[in-house]
Amino acid sequence: MNSLDPSILSLILLAPLAGAILVALLPDRSGIPKWIALITTLVTFAFTLHLPAHFISGQSGFQFERNIPWIAEPAISYHVGVDGLSLWLVVLTGLLAPVGVLTSWNAIEKRRKVFYSLFLVQQTAMFGVFVSLDLMLYYGFWELSLVPMAILIAMYGRKEGPKAALKFFLFTFIPSAPLLVAILWLYARTGTFNFADLQLQTASGMLPAGALFWVALAFLFAFAVKVPVFPLHGWLADTYNEAPVALAMVVAGKLGLYSMLRFHVGLFPAQARAIAPLLIALAVIGVLYGACLALVQRDFWRLIAYAALSHLSLIVLGIYGLTPTGWSGAVYQILSHGVVDAAIFLLLGALEFRYASTVISSYGGIAAKLPRAATYFVIATLAMIGLPMLSGFVGEFIIFTSTFTGVSRGWAVAAALGVILSAAYMLSLVQRLFYGPQDTSPASQPVSDLRFGELAVLTPLVILMLVMGLSPSLWLNSIQTQPQPPQQNAVAVGAPGFVSETGESNAASLPPDPEAQP
Amino acid sequence: MTPPVPSIERILPEVVLTLTGVAIMLIDASAPPSFPRRLLGWVAAVGTTIALWTSLWQLSLPEGTGFSSTVETSAFTVFFHVLICGIVLVAILLALDTLPEKSHHFGEFFALVVFGAVGMCLMTSAVELLVIFIALEISSLSTYILAAYRKHTGRSPEASIKYFLLGSFATAFLLYGIALVFGATGTTQIYEIAYRAPSAQNPALILAALALMLVGIFFKVSAAPFHVWTPDVYEGAPTPVVALLSTAPKVAAFAVLLRIVYEMFPALHSLWAPLLWIVSVLSMTVGNLAALRQKNVKRMLAYSSIAHAGYLLAAFAGTGELGISAAAFYAAAYAATNVGIFAVVSVIAGYDENLSLIDDFRGLVYRTPLLGGLLIFFLVSLTGIPFTGGFFGKFYTFSAAINGGAVALVIIGLLNSGLAAAYYLRLAFVAAQRPSPDQPSTPAPQIGAAVGAALGLAAVVTLILGVAPGATLDATQSAAHTLQAPPAPATTAATDPTLPTR
Repeated sequence: MNSLDPSILSLILLAPLAGAILVALLPDRSGIPKWIALITTLVTFAFTLHLPAHFISGQSGFQFERNIPWIAEPAISYHVGVDGLSLWLVVLTGLLAPVGVLTSWNAIEKRRKVFYSLFLVQQTAMFGVFVSLDLMLYYGFWELSLVPMAILIAMYGRKEGPKAALKFFLFTFIPSAPLLVAILWLYARTGTFNFADLQLQTASGMLPAGALFWVALAFLFAFAVKVPVFPLHGWLADTYNEAPVALAMVVAGKLGLYSMLRFHVGLFPAQARAIAPLLIALAVIGVLYGACLALVQRDFWRLIAYAALSHLSLIVLGIYGLTPTGWSGAVYQILSHGVVDAAIFLLLGALEFRYASTVISSYGGIAAKLPRAATYFVIATLAMIGLPMLSGFVGEFIIFTSTFTGVSRGWAVAAALGVILSAAYMLSLVQRLFYGPQDTSPASQPVSDLRFGELAVLTPLVILMLVMGLSPSLWLNSIQTQPQPPQQNAVAVGAPGFVSETGESNAASLPPDPEAQP
Repeated sequence: MTPPVPSIERILPEVVLTLTGVAIMLIDASAPPSFPRRLLGWVAAVGTTIALWTSLWQLSLPEGTGFSSTVETSAFTVFFHVLICGIVLVAILLALDTLPEKSHHFGEFFALVVFGAVGMCLMTSAVELLVIFIALEISSLSTYILAAYRKHTGRSPEASIKYFLLGSFATAFLLYGIALVFGATGTTQIYEIAYRAPSAQNPALILAALALMLVGIFFKVSAAPFHVWTPDVYEGAPTPVVALLSTAPKVAAFAVLLRIVYEMFPALHSLWAPLLWIVSVLSMTVGNLAALRQKNVKRMLAYSSIAHAGYLLAAFAGTGELGISAAAFYAAAYAATNVGIFAVVSVIAGYDENLSLIDDFRGLVYRTPLLGGLLIFFLVSLTGIPFTGGFFGKFYTFSAAINGGAVALVIIGLLNSGLAAAYYLRLAFVAAQRPSPDQPSTPAPQIGAAVGAALGLAAVVTLILGVAPGATLDATQSAAHTLQAPPAPATTAATDPTLPTR
């Protein structure tokens, strides 16, 4: 037990907020805001590294827990903690924050104070979502994460900032209305917002099943829009297209997927099992639909948006296979997707900054001028399409195996088609951007290759992709940790968050029924 | 037995405010023309602050009534006194810096604001229907005149006349209702009515009285379908006045409504609850739908205030103390946010309101980051995002409603707040957008000390209500408790008003 352990999560939450206030107070001169933001995010990242260093694998329940009463009536408390599920997501968020700052280093020139302080508030909100164990606290951070993002989209949007910002905001805000009703209903029935208590209550069968179905659906709906799951993805392409690169990079997918695992599958296992077939079908449709749309995009941000839809849907498939293996694969794939997407965003942002164009056809043959950029982009692309030895492979492999064995062969085969398609659109993007004839006008401008600062960010990301591909056990161990003797209520708590304690027993106790039901 | 003496300490804040108003008028009339009339605003501000402290001091009094059981002091009245005095203070500070240097009638302006505050405070502490009526008239008459203050524009007097005519009409309903209550129960003292109403000879009379009184109150809080005056009045009246108009009288009227339904007619719950349910749904839906289409910022905020009246009425679906305390908390959160946003708008738009359309606010964050940031902060609070007062306001009202079993109302309410996000955030995002190149560059507005204090006060209160609502919540709960357990209607109360009746 380290002396820092009880307060480390609070430090992680407060550090970006303190940085944001500092940025807002100090003058916007000679790059002060960006340096403060960089230092803050690096310090926060260092804090997040404390978690895996002192995380005890194999211990059940939450670690680094802190529970302080905040409001007496209704009983909301400041209750934070991490387990194998959220541990690495916190670290990933910590890692992407300095990457985001460095991405914006030259791209953001106006109103840097506003940008960096909102960016840092966004970090706090995201950390908050991952570590909150009190439903109201979680809801607070969940909503808070919308505001800086929406304002920044409005401020720095490429063409139609306010419109895209409003679309993004409403798409996420309106579904959270039923979510709040559901949370309040749970509170009215159980008298608690505490995650662990609620988990016991929902499993105990004391709550009316009919109402619980709607409550679970409200939770799922809010998360599914945030991920997004097909057909709720209307906001995605516009947001990717308009959002500042740094923000699109840090928010992509993680929040919704984590919430699904923790608060839908984790809180309502029975309801999740009932609705899993629908989500599996939607996820497979999303994989193929996103891939097909990505094939025909003319704008590279839109292409990446639909590629993200495809890859995130695959993770949804892993989650709703409802096997512990699938869950670890899903978490691993979230991590990998975060790293790979960050590299791709960074490189495309660098291209846009140099050529001021996002239309793919205006590029061509720039590999000759930007050899380093081309190399890194190819590596990131290969990681994204899941080449073995790179990070994307491991997660995809685990998800496909668990779907194949645990859910249904048909769905697994259908989803695997998405991998082939992803190779098609990503490699064709590489080909159209970096190779081919270089006769088009914007690409004929003389530009410099990646600078030291960009390389300093990209190289660790690429190394990380390699390490994640070569020795996944470094991560998978703490994500699933070693199984412990099954407990009495193994089925009741057979959900993410408790993977650690019941890992193996769950595989047996959770019937892989989606195949049997249809 | 001591002879009945008027217990002046029961109305001390009102006395302080009245003296302040009179002093302002006297100084204004007797001081030489060279005397800087702006100082009168500071006199008003100081007087309001003292009134605020005296109402806090009233907490040390034993709960009870004074002046022959016509006014009460309790946690309930203190809560609303503090709220109203706070709003009035912000409005005065705002007017100090935004009213033009050359304008006439500085003295009258501040005196009227203070007299209005007297009426509003008295509305919340009166436990006698006729005193409530008189207090309502005191507050209304001042606001009618204040609405016409920008008289060179034409729209301002029009707004005032519209407000006056419709307002008088509504007050007539209230008075008629009071008369019917008197007819049915033979008294206008609220505790007595609560005692006698269940056994009244003619229940139909009581029902008619309740309906008529509700109409009068609904008009004052601008709940649909009695809201038609709101957008025109808000658009025409000077913005500092609207900051006052959209908050303080409404808060006072809600206090009266709480008294009427929870203290006077608790037994008729099955009757007024559905009525309030309907009005709540109507208000929020009508307000939000209409606000979506507005181009003028003040009109948009006017419709938004109609919607907020609807959210507040949702709290009345909660039973007893839960509903009362939620309504009181919402009133506080709404008042802090709304007075703040009108303060921002009045600084940005200026007295002459050259910038009144949503598109005029484009690039505000780039021109004046502070004002732009505050505007966005208040809009976020109105939307109801966590860590702002608006969120906990909505949270408590809707929790109360869910506890009262009105799940449908809550779902409608939350979908409405999603709808409302569309227009609040459209304004926020337009303000955050880069200024367009062809936009005329307007000089950044100056923020004086008084306006700075007003903005700071509103922002800090909004933030505190969102981050640490505990203390306010305790206050609303004890307020709810005093309202829920009124003193027993004893005939001794009439003979010995100074004696605590509990």
